[in-house]
Amino acid sequence: MSSWIVTYLWFIPAAPLAASLVILSFSRARRKSSATLAVAGQIAALTMSSVAFGLTLQPRGFRAFHNFTWFTFGEQTLRIGFVLDPLAAAMLVMISLVGLCIFVFSVGYMADDKNFTRFFVYLSFFSGAMLGVVISNSLLLLFVFWELVGLASYLLIGFWIERPNAAAAAKKAFITTRIGDMGFFLGMLWLYNRSGTLLFYDAGKGCLESAALGMLAASITFIALLIFCGAVGKSGQFPLHVWLPDAMEGPTPVSALIHAATMVAAGVFLVARVYPLFSLGAINGVTTSLTVVVWIGVTTALIAALIAIAQADIKRILAYSTVSQLGLMMVSLGVGGVAAGIMHLLAHGFFKALLFLGAGSVIHGCDGEQDIRKMGGLRRFMPVTFFTYAIGMMALSGVPLFFSGGWTKEEILHAVAHWPSSSLPYYLILAGVVLTVLYMTRQIIYVFFGQTRSSSGHAHESPAVMTMPLIALALCAIFFSVVLTPAWPWLHAYLTGEVVQFGIARLIQPMFFVSLTLVGMGVGLGIWMYRKAGVRDRNRPAEIDPLEYAQPALFRFLANKMWIDELYARTVIAFSWMAARLSDWMDRYFWDGLVRGFGAIGQLFGSLTTSVDERGINAAVDDTTAGTRGLGRLISGAHSGQIQTYLNIIAIGMLALLLLYAWLA
Amino acid sequence: MTPTLQIFLMISAALFSIGLLAALSRRHAIFILIGIEMMLAAANLNFIAFWRFGPQHQPPIGVMIALFSIAIAAAEAAVGLSIVIAVYRHYRTTNVDQLDHLRG
Repeated sequence: MSSWIVTYLWFIPAAPLAASLVILSFSRARRKSSATLAVAGQIAALTMSSVAFGLTLQPRGFRAFHNFTWFTFGEQTLRIGFVLDPLAAAMLVMISLVGLCIFVFSVGYMADDKNFTRFFVYLSFFSGAMLGVVISNSLLLLFVFWELVGLASYLLIGFWIERPNAAAAAKKAFITTRIGDMGFFLGMLWLYNRSGTLLFYDAGKGCLESAALGMLAASITFIALLIFCGAVGKSGQFPLHVWLPDAMEGPTPVSALIHAATMVAAGVFLVARVYPLFSLGAINGVTTSLTVVVWIGVTTALIAALIAIAQADIKRILAYSTVSQLGLMMVSLGVGGVAAGIMHLLAHGFFKALLFLGAGSVIHGCDGEQDIRKMGGLRRFMPVTFFTYAIGMMALSGVPLFFSGGWTKEEILHAVAHWPSSSLPYYLILAGVVLTVLYMTRQIIYVFFGQTRSSSGHAHESPAVMTMPLIALALCAIFFSVVLTPAWPWLHAYLTGEVVQFGIARLIQPMFFVSLTLVGMGVGLGIWMYRKAGVRDRNRPAEIDPLEYAQPALFRFLANKMWIDELYARTVIAFSWMAARLSDWMDRYFWDGLVRGFGAIGQLFGSLTTSVDERGINAAVDDTTAGTRGLGRLISGAHSGQIQTYLNIIAIGMLALLLLYAWLA
Repeated sequence: MTPTLQIFLMISAALFSIGLLAALSRRHAIFILIGIEMMLAAANLNFIAFWRFGPQHQPPIGVMIALFSIAIAAAEAAVGLSIVIAVYRHYRTTNVDQLDHLRG
């Protein structure tokens, strides 16, 4: 099935990319025009995305692709293309809409930065690359955009290049995701080797369609897991999650756009995109690769939620929350709830961007302070930020009925509960949900309630250019839930290609009460634990966290991020450090020695030939020339220049010849 | 006394010797040129003499050659004299003893 729109689909990423290129040529002083251009590019992308989205509404299960030849080598033809299906269209709209809000927010947030134009170059560049990831119809093209997105992330994390922490975090993010991408790349090569195509859909010949999948049978698990490595790196899943919290060194809009709403969701999107590779040969919906996805997701969700409880940096808490939510999405994909996972991804994109922008507003109001223990009572100074933040918090916590996160979380729980392989993930996820509510309650209490502390005394509400996106995203977070409710599961039906049915009875299911109970537990526990946060309580000084007072060892363990960074420093990094030292030594002494040895031999030959040359050949040539010169000097004496002498000699010579002739005759 | 070939050859040889002597002994470039012209005239005389006393009713080859030779000698004299003038302008002398710039 083809449609005219896919032929022009590349305009969507091209608009922000073009804006990025044009802004790149601007001078630093042209702040207004660069911001305008970036926002215009984003609006163009949003408009076109909306048109594309509208076209996917009918018929159900719409899928159109447009493939073309990139280049030919020998007899192999490499083809790439673009695809438009509900998954891509929904992602397009979410990315461009959230992106637009964040672009507008950045105009206010970065107003005082001297590299304002450069910021918008990177931001537009990122937006274009991310939109490209979504519409790629080839694993190779997706990989290209995937890496561009990684580059944009690197540039933006290290945007404040003069801060050593930011530079280190940028490097860490790039290298850590690189490890995952290596696996992705190998998986891609393997897939190409087996199926001979990297196109997803190609009228029955693509690698996600039955003909090619049939050829993969034996190696499918490895290919799927290698590709999953890329997703693990990008989406901050358990072994490679360490870069994401550090990435918060970047400007807050970047954290919101890249490290919460869009890029980190690319891993989840990737798994959903190549889902047939994971689910091939599933028995009762379970395959080895999907089981790995589930367990990685569960581990990530739980670990990150635990760590988030003991963090003090407002953005770091949200970062761990992001990691945890991404884990939740992975679990959902792993147990077969692809639509649920993607719905959570979309909803999460809105409310997590909202939370990050809210955090940005708070930081902006507190003059750069990020430590929640030094804030407090901000709801009086920043009412708009407070209300929107509270909406984001409730959406993230999964408060049912009115907030988008509630319905998607419920659906995920539903999917996990019916996983035939094991019921342990279900209970672990339940714990994770409670923890999520707990750390968000803690954060809200610290930041917005209680008394004014050191950094919040002179706090002020942010300008309209920053609060408007907050309000827009908060409205999205609420109204998005309309298409998510089980009573009218429009988005679910849209993603899966089913026919949507209205049924108010499905609104209240057992899982609804489970969800409600979990949220109630979380909030209750949070309020009970942190009711005296930031104030002196019995023997506890005000600046000590209640949990730290009650369980110092546990708190320290969590505050230090379970020492995972330290563990890596001792093992992986120490190992590669040693390997580097060994290579250095080998290079310095072994290979260098070898090269020097050969050099010495060459030198020896050189001096030998030099002496032969100097003493033998050179001397012979010298003697020859000396002889020639002497002879020449001798003969030149005869050339007196006296013309009459010559004539004399000629005359005498002739006479002599004449006499000789006469004598002989 | 009837003219014979020997008489012509002797006159020619004498002319040649005088010319040679002039060319060898004089120091002035123009006199050397004059000597050379005399030797040329001796050669021309030989050509005519050999034709005159050769077999009868021959085409006048000797005369023709002598005529050509005289024309060439005129051209040669012109060139020679202009060289002499050029040399004089350059060195302010026509004494060939002093013109030894081509010595080895």
